[in-house]
Amino acid sequence: MAYTEEELKKELETKEYEYGFYTDIESDTFPKGLNEEIVVGISKKKEEPEWMTEWRLEAFRVWKEMEEPEWANVHYEKPNFQDISYYSAPNKKPKYNSLDEVDPELLETFKKLGISLDEQKKLAGVAVDIVMDSVSVATTFKKTLAEKGIIFCSISEAIQEHPELVKKYIGTVVPQKDNFYAALNSAVFSDGSFCYIPKGVRCPMELSTYFRINQAGTGQFERTLVIADEGSYVSYLEGCTAPSRDENQLHAAVVELIALDDAEIKYSTVQNWFPGDKEGKGGVFNFVTKRGLCEKNAKISWTQVETGSAVTWKYPSCVLKGDNSIGEFYSIAVTNNFQQADTGTKMIHLGKNTKSTIISKGISAGQSQNSYRGLVQVNSRAENARNFSQCDSLLMGNRCGAHTFPYIETKNKSAQIEHEATTSKIGEDQIFYCNQRGIDTEKAIALIVNGFSKEVLNKLPMEFAVEAQKLLEISLEGSVG
Amino acid sequence: MLEIKDLHASIEDKKILKGINLEVNPGEVHAIMGPNGSGKSTLASVIAGKEEFEIKKGSISLDGEDLEELAPEERAHNGIFMSFQYPVEIPGVSVTNFIKTAINESRKARGLEDMPANEMLKLIREKSELLEIDRKFLSRSLNEGFSGGEKKRNEIFQMAMMEPKLAILDETDSGLDIDALRIVANGVNKLRSKDNAIIVITHYQRLLEYIVPDYVHVLHDGKIVKSGSKELALELEEKGYDWLKQEAVL
Repeated sequence: MAYTEEELKKELETKEYEYGFYTDIESDTFPKGLNEEIVVGISKKKEEPEWMTEWRLEAFRVWKEMEEPEWANVHYEKPNFQDISYYSAPNKKPKYNSLDEVDPELLETFKKLGISLDEQKKLAGVAVDIVMDSVSVATTFKKTLAEKGIIFCSISEAIQEHPELVKKYIGTVVPQKDNFYAALNSAVFSDGSFCYIPKGVRCPMELSTYFRINQAGTGQFERTLVIADEGSYVSYLEGCTAPSRDENQLHAAVVELIALDDAEIKYSTVQNWFPGDKEGKGGVFNFVTKRGLCEKNAKISWTQVETGSAVTWKYPSCVLKGDNSIGEFYSIAVTNNFQQADTGTKMIHLGKNTKSTIISKGISAGQSQNSYRGLVQVNSRAENARNFSQCDSLLMGNRCGAHTFPYIETKNKSAQIEHEATTSKIGEDQIFYCNQRGIDTEKAIALIVNGFSKEVLNKLPMEFAVEAQKLLEISLEGSVG
Repeated sequence: MLEIKDLHASIEDKKILKGINLEVNPGEVHAIMGPNGSGKSTLASVIAGKEEFEIKKGSISLDGEDLEELAPEERAHNGIFMSFQYPVEIPGVSVTNFIKTAINESRKARGLEDMPANEMLKLIREKSELLEIDRKFLSRSLNEGFSGGEKKRNEIFQMAMMEPKLAILDETDSGLDIDALRIVANGVNKLRSKDNAIIVITHYQRLLEYIVPDYVHVLHDGKIVKSGSKELALELEEKGYDWLKQEAVL
């Protein structure tokens, strides 16, 4: 097999989206457009209490006055927000007691994704709450969790069953008016997950949610709220795939994490939404606001593997409010063909002796653009704050781009901040060396990419790490002829 | 085993090899010497199948099979191994993981299952002892931060693990101090057998004191200008390459 730079590029481009299919399930879809009526309609559809409807309306009114941000290093045709349908739910019975009751076609979809509930149930220690087009259709392992007092359900259910918790915490980390997309999400969020770990409880299993976008032209507005009460621990996994589609699909999720005193939250994401075809047509717009709040001695770790979406705008952040709190961000972002990613994190040091670590690995191929954007901010009262940041970029071919925008703002002289950055390229010499040892080019690229990403892959829970490794290979490799 | 006939090779239209003839049989060790720029490393790369080089004329075959159409990894599967003069770094990939992948890919090409973990472990233990390699070394990222000696020792370790039919050692002595040289040479000597062959490419005679060749060839301006026994290496050491250059002109 001959190998030249040119061929490597070709190979990288020929990998088509593997999970491109569309499930034909009847849906109850709202007409396109957004106004107060629609917002109230969504709330009504979900039988929400009045305070929730009011909260949504407040957000909508703020959003109307806001403008879409333009500072990110991405270029795309802005969505027409009046040309999107804001609610869609599988219109068959929304809740099931057992798998037998679930639409067989839906089960088939999960099978294609390799995440059938059957499999998931067998995977020891993983409880799955699957969100398919906005309404949760199945929740498992609820009983085991309930025995520990852990609440893990859809956010809609939480609004009904645990309004006091939702009311107390929703919007406290990401306020309605935080940014354009967060405001939009607050107004129209369809569903999402809710998790509460009581004081001193260590969640015995990895909690996971799979999100899917399924209805043509339906924006997906997920809302996730995770609350770890004092001294508790939870590891939360979120994995996403979506069917391939011509038109751009908007996704504007909000995730709020609250780690109270001495609590720890580990939040891991594998994102593989349709990135658009190799001409750059279609693909998901992923404009996500993720933020966590750490109280005293608390710790939040974000780990993400981003391989999908046409445009990504995402900065999982930590507000280190409590003394001695810790924030971590481990990220792998892969862009290929015409994908654009502007992703990174914000570490806001407010408390004393707060620590943060940022490890970001960007891999760019094709004609894609991959940007790391990060902010490390040390407040005047944050004595002895420490940060370590490392941003590494790996380039394949010479038509892609890697960019790093690290911002550091410190108002306290005792702060210690370190930043390291490297850029490297997969070289023909590396490939030849592998070839000479009997390793073909496709395998060689997988090996090099996995090595490059290892520090981050190691942070993922075991079962996720395997899936993530597979995704990296899918995203970057072509079938070598 | 290896048969090279009237081999001409170029890189970007620059002629480097201008008619090489060489036959290597099982059990033999051949040394290829020559001044800088004579084409020694190019010859190694062409045998291994590096794409940049274009064969303009002539042929290379291994056990009667023409190599020209084979990809580098296929040549490796057929038993060709090259110890690199400048081994590349692959960050995040441990020596163990790399060699495991290499061995299993070659096995796959031969229709075999992956090598069982305990067998692999045994092999690693055995070969790392042979080359006096510290076990901790095996968990380090491939060649990252390795000293010159460590890099070369790692190359020979891989050779020991892969048990090639034909090993080409490209300037394996460069960058080695005398102790490292002795360890590496000892390792190579222990791997010599009646079934495999080794081509040692070197600028200096020093390595050949430890790895004693059956034949010595002198390469100059893309051609083998003189072949002889191991004594030829000593003669070169004494007289330098200039007398051969003059001879070549005559």
